[in-house]
Order: sequence, then structure tokens, then C-alpha cells
Amino acid sequence: MELICPAGTPAAFREAVEAGADAVYCGFRDETNARNFPGLNFSREELGEATAYARRKGTKTFVALNTFMRAGHEDLWYQAAADAVHLGADALILADIGLMAHAAETYPEQRLHVSVQASASNPDALNFLVEAFGAKRVVLPRTLTISDIARLARQIRCEIEVFVFGGLCVMAEGRCSLSSYATGKSPNMNGVCSPASHVRYRQDGSDLVSELGAYTINRFPRDEAAGYPTLCKGRFDIADASGYAFEDPVSLDVMDQIDALREAGVSALKIEGRQRGKAYVAEVVSALRKALDARPEERRALLARLRLLSEGQRTTSGAYDKRWR
Amino acid sequence: MEFPRPLAAPLAAVPIPLIDRAVKLMFKSLLRRHPGLFERLGEHKSKRYAFRPTDLPLVFLVEPARAAVSVMRKPADPAADAVVESPLFLLLALLEGRCDAEGLFFSRSLTVIGDMEAVLSLRNALDGCEIDLPRDLCAFAGPLAPLVSRTADALRRRVLAGEHAAWN
Repeated sequence: MELICPAGTPAAFREAVEAGADAVYCGFRDETNARNFPGLNFSREELGEATAYARRKGTKTFVALNTFMRAGHEDLWYQAAADAVHLGADALILADIGLMAHAAETYPEQRLHVSVQASASNPDALNFLVEAFGAKRVVLPRTLTISDIARLARQIRCEIEVFVFGGLCVMAEGRCSLSSYATGKSPNMNGVCSPASHVRYRQDGSDLVSELGAYTINRFPRDEAAGYPTLCKGRFDIADASGYAFEDPVSLDVMDQIDALREAGVSALKIEGRQRGKAYVAEVVSALRKALDARPEERRALLARLRLLSEGQRTTSGAYDKRWR
Repeated sequence: MEFPRPLAAPLAAVPIPLIDRAVKLMFKSLLRRHPGLFERLGEHKSKRYAFRPTDLPLVFLVEPARAAVSVMRKPADPAADAVVESPLFLLLALLEGRCDAEGLFFSRSLTVIGDMEAVLSLRNALDGCEIDLPRDLCAFAGPLAPLVSRTADALRRRVLAGEHAAWN
């Protein structure tokens, strides 16, 4: 199975390659990219240098153009696709059907991957994208069990890539409106979930309070590990209880299920985290590379420290191993 | 690892202009080596960043628009768009991109108050610069450069070994 690693900056890109990535995914510094955070991402020149560097090292480069085109402004996405192809992208990761159609018609030789943002996770949807646009791979949402993935793999005619480590989005990606509701900015259109421009942390006595827009998301007592200020991981007062309605502040880690994922028909394992720094990328990619190459009984020890880098300093297998509360 | 108290305590007595002068020289040396650092901040270049090492009696205020740094003694609370608090060695490791900022934030070893976008932009700008303090501050040390560089490098190895810093 391939190890697909994130890079939000050229420095993180080099770290990922050096640490043993089979492919690195990244995007341009604009709204064509679902990780459109300030100071992140690649200029055209930087992407050209990155793809050339990766190629010399035998690593592939996937370019994510995984937001939805705004009517009347399609040229921004078309130009991004043209530039990514010209600069040597090994695959384009796309969410918008219109952009898939454009890419398939204009660059018939270019390899296309279906982004998790496309919300395509059933055989009908996926086989349509394979037949209509020649999609070669789908990145599945983090809402399926391993049994679901195995059933799906038997019915579709493309490769499967799944998230195995990093930020845990528990929603129907590409359709979630929680961040839009709180901030007016959409992850799916503008490329930012819980944008930093709307995030505030403040101290209230010994508590750390996180806010998103006009909403208080969480209050962490002094000794409690903190999390991102996303509504889906907010602490809510429900009836007489206070707790996490959707998901705890926690990250995904299903590296102990590698063999089950392989048997289910998964071709590629994806690490989330284009918004993270180069130190995170270096450590996580290096640890996962070693774990992939190690015997099953050795993996737990190799991955133990990664929990400290995770949201809330806790990890979960999420929906892959679903248990209802 | 915290800055040793026996070394931190005397800083409360050293005249601030002296510390300020030394820090300004190091800052200038660093910027000479990385002239593009603050350009990467884009619109956040005009922001003011306060750094409060939790183990030192000092506050550092960085103003990218003026390429300036100033040092104050606690409990000074200079007006800033963002305030970053952490032990000194972790702040230096973050400056070099050797520690994962979010991991430190989740563990509560690092506190960020105020303009989060400005702080993330600074983190990303620093990531791209590949700062190496022992190397970059050599110019500041003049004829003692080789000695300062070797000492700083040894100190960094010892400090970061405890923090599991990762960087290829």
C-alpha cells in the first residue's frame, strides 16, 4: 500500500519526501484548495520545484484542486488544473464534477483522483465517476467501517485511498455546513474549515476558552489537553449534561488496522495534516513509514509517541471500528 | 526543558537596555541571514507579536513591519495582536521549526492568545526559512563565532533530546 503524505509548505514537502512518502499531496495558494489557510500552500514556482524534487527522489506529487467552482469564476479552477498538469502533477485530486469533466476532456492522459470532498462513497456514484471521467482512485470519507470499505471495494472499478492518521473529520465531507454557519466561510467553497481569522483562544482564570466566530466551542480546565475550535468537536450542554455531541477533541489513528485495510482492498493510506508544520510531517511520516514496513507486533511501539502530537492528545479508530455510545 | 532558574534569576537584575541591545543585535543578525522571513507574513506583517517565556522574567515584542524587537521586564504587558507563551527553549525550537506547535498547544505547553491567523502565518513563515540559530548567530559572535556555534549546537542537542524534536 502507498503512503500518501501531506505538505502545506515546500519545507514540509521536502520533509515528507525525505521521511519516506510514496506520494505527497499539496495545493495552490488560493481557493481551489480545501486547505486554503493563511501562509500555507504553494505558488506555481514552488510547486514546479517540489514536483521536480519529488521526481528525482522517486516520489509522486498529487495536487488537490478539491473545492467547488464558483459559477462565473470557473477559470480560476481551470487555470489551476492547467498549471498542475503543466508542472508535472502525477494526479489531480478533484471534488467538483464540472472540474472533473473539464480535466478529463482537456487532459485525457492525466490521472484523476476523486477527493473525499466529492462525498462519493457508494458504488453507483463511484462507478459513474470512473466511467464518465476515468477516475482512477477515490479517497473515502472517514465515516465508513472497514467492512463497508471491503463491500465497496468489491463493487467499484477504481483504487481506494483511506485516511489512517491525523485530524478526524466526522461529517459528510464536502457537504458539511457547520463552519459556514458559524463563520460565513465555507470549507467546500472557500477552502477553510474553522478559519483562523474567526478563531480566538482566551484565558479565563485557569481555563482555556476556544471561540469560533460568535460561538464558544469549548472550555479546557488547566490540566486537560486542548483541541481545535471546530463545532463538530465542541462541548455542548444537552439537557442536564455537558459533553461532546458529535465527537471528542481527538485524532484518527487506525494504523493497527493496516492488515485489515489491505485485505479490504485499500491501495493507499493517507495522512491528514496539510495545515501542520514541517516537524509534525517529518515525525508522523517517518513513524508511519517504519510502521508500514514493520511486523504487526512492532507497530504499536513505533506509533506510541504520535498520540502526543494529536488533537486532545488522544486518538481513536473513529468509524472504521464503529461503536455507538 | 525549562531555562535553569539560577541563570534566569540574575536577568531580573541586569539592566534592560543591556539585554535589549544584545537581543537587537541577534535579531538583526538573524534577519540578515533570512531577509524574506517577514515578507512571507503578507497582510500579517503589520501585526505585533509578544513572546512571553514562562521561565524568564522578560517579554519580547516583535514588530515585523519595522523589523524591530524590543525587550521588557515582566509584568510589562505591551499592546500586541497576538501573545505566545511557552518555556524559552520551546520558543526557540519553534523558531527553528523543530517542534510541532499544535502538539505543544494541545498539551498546554504553549499558549496562544489573540490573533490566531497572524500566529499561524508566522509559524508557516518560520517553517519555510530553515533557521538554524547556532549557525545564524555566528556573525553576532565575531571572533568567538566557532566557539559560540559549537556551544549552542551542543546545548540545543541536549535540550531537544528531551522534547523529542523531529526534523530530518
